[in-house]
Amino acid sequence: MSRLAVPKTYKLYIGGAFPRSESGRTYEVLSADGAFLANAAKASRKDARDAVVAARAAVGGWAGATAYNRGQVLYRIAELLEGRRAQFVAEIEEAEGATRAAASAQVDEAIDRWVWYAGWADKFAQVAGNANPVAGPYFNISVPEPTGVVAIVAPQQSSLLGFVSVVAPALVAGNAVVVVASERFPLSAISLSEVLATSDVPKGVVNVLTGSPAEIAPWLASHADVNALDLVGAGDLDWIDLEIAAADTLKRVLRPEQGPDAAAPALGRISAFTETKTVWHTKSMK
Amino acid sequence: MTGTSLITARERALAVLGGEPDDATLRRYLHGIPGVDAVGLEQRAAGLGTRSIKTASKAWALDRIISLIDLTTLEGADTPGKVRSLAAKALNPDPADATTPRVAAVCVYGDMVPSAVDALGAAHGDPDDGLISVAAVATAFPSGRASLEIKLADTAEAVAAGADEIDMVIDRGAFLAGRYGLVFDQIAAVKEACRRADGTSASLKVILETGELVTYDNVRRASWLSILAGGDFIKTSTGKVPSAATLPVTLLMLEVVRDWHLATGQRIGVKPAGGIRTSKDAIKYLVTVAETVGEEWLVPHLFRFGASSLLNDVLLQRQKLATSHYSGPDYVTID
Repeated sequence: MSRLAVPKTYKLYIGGAFPRSESGRTYEVLSADGAFLANAAKASRKDARDAVVAARAAVGGWAGATAYNRGQVLYRIAELLEGRRAQFVAEIEEAEGATRAAASAQVDEAIDRWVWYAGWADKFAQVAGNANPVAGPYFNISVPEPTGVVAIVAPQQSSLLGFVSVVAPALVAGNAVVVVASERFPLSAISLSEVLATSDVPKGVVNVLTGSPAEIAPWLASHADVNALDLVGAGDLDWIDLEIAAADTLKRVLRPEQGPDAAAPALGRISAFTETKTVWHTKSMK
Repeated sequence: MTGTSLITARERALAVLGGEPDDATLRRYLHGIPGVDAVGLEQRAAGLGTRSIKTASKAWALDRIISLIDLTTLEGADTPGKVRSLAAKALNPDPADATTPRVAAVCVYGDMVPSAVDALGAAHGDPDDGLISVAAVATAFPSGRASLEIKLADTAEAVAAGADEIDMVIDRGAFLAGRYGLVFDQIAAVKEACRRADGTSASLKVILETGELVTYDNVRRASWLSILAGGDFIKTSTGKVPSAATLPVTLLMLEVVRDWHLATGQRIGVKPAGGIRTSKDAIKYLVTVAETVGEEWLVPHLFRFGASSLLNDVLLQRQKLATSHYSGPDYVTID
């Protein structure tokens, strides 16, 4: 007797929970050959608003953790990814129509990038910061601090690797993120959220929205409580308007990148979402 | 604002009770009130909470919420400076938008009343005239554990300092022990202490502290008791116990107010306080008031929100309506 499969409904990831969209909407995610894969939640602007509230509440704790601790927490995610690699490989095969070898390679690369960024957590400040020479008996030290809440439009042509490549670097410095996953390949992003929910990442540090970036991104770009905007996957949107909206509240903006090298690992992706704080301190009190 | 005269209130109570307000008479009366259908009450409240209030109605609701807020600071760490900044916010909730209405009152501890009166200056007055009242919590707030003399002195001092409204707490211990006569007498005595030298009287809000009354039946009885004893307002909570204002409890109190109005023609106010932090929640209360006692109750002398963080959320929503994009906490004051 054949068994009736139970298709999974993929929900949003906001504030450490997995709610449906407040709008009640879903959309069908199809495989590369057009077969039904799953229903995913279609986030609305109010889901985006809720995600920003959750992210804002989480920034203090995450940014306040020691860099070493953040590195450990991020590294732990890579460990968990490794444990669930079979699930991710299968999802990528189905969604992207990739060969098993290509899907495996993508998961390997995603895990390696996560480890690479985790390692930077307690090292990037040494590179991005500086002890400045000044004309007086003072230490003058510049250190990078997290920008705050970062809204990200994830690369649209990749299911796992693109998502990891934009989320991990923003987390390294201590930002909280609201990510709009790939519209066509959202399932790996939600599966990764399930990994995050069972890891040591505090709730609200990563919030994942699935649905239409064209619908959600303008609300995030104009949101006054979002501090930075990564438009890496917004190349097909009207991203200049998003940049203009972001300028109204002086957000940091990264522009779209296209092609297989989009969001390649770079220290610049970490330091893009930091603010430099410079402090003076007397050298001696002789 | 003038409260009801004590004499008529007492006469009315005697007429309703059919005897002196002692423990036995009050017990007979209050326990004769039908019990509350808890499931029905919660279902009704949940149903009222599902109304969708959009666009023009929402804009109206947000402004009305602001004009019904008792902007509150009740911390041990309160200072005259904090009260001044609270008063400044009450006068001008959103400095970037002059169309923002003023709140109804500022609510402070008794010793901060002079600071609040000073800070409000010419804007101190009746919220029905667009001015701002000063409300003071009194009677050994929040526990109410003090002798009657101290409670009365606490009240009289706040009134003498210029408080327009007194938020008193009932003695929950006595109420739960069934000593209704004692609770009645204390409310009546505090009401008397609200009188000013010129014969007018500060408005009296009676805090039931519903979180400590355990059952809906007790909330209904305490509401009747407070109204019988002369309270001008019944208020849910001090905000100092974990379970504060909830929609079912407020609905229940509104039903008592409605029944009292039908019976006597007198209008009593209701003030949910504590735990109302979002515009969405506050709008549910507006709907509940309008559906239970009528829209005429949505005025400062008949309905108030006791809140501090609610105002910021309402301001963020107003900004969202005005600018069409989401605002953030950087654009409102830190309380």
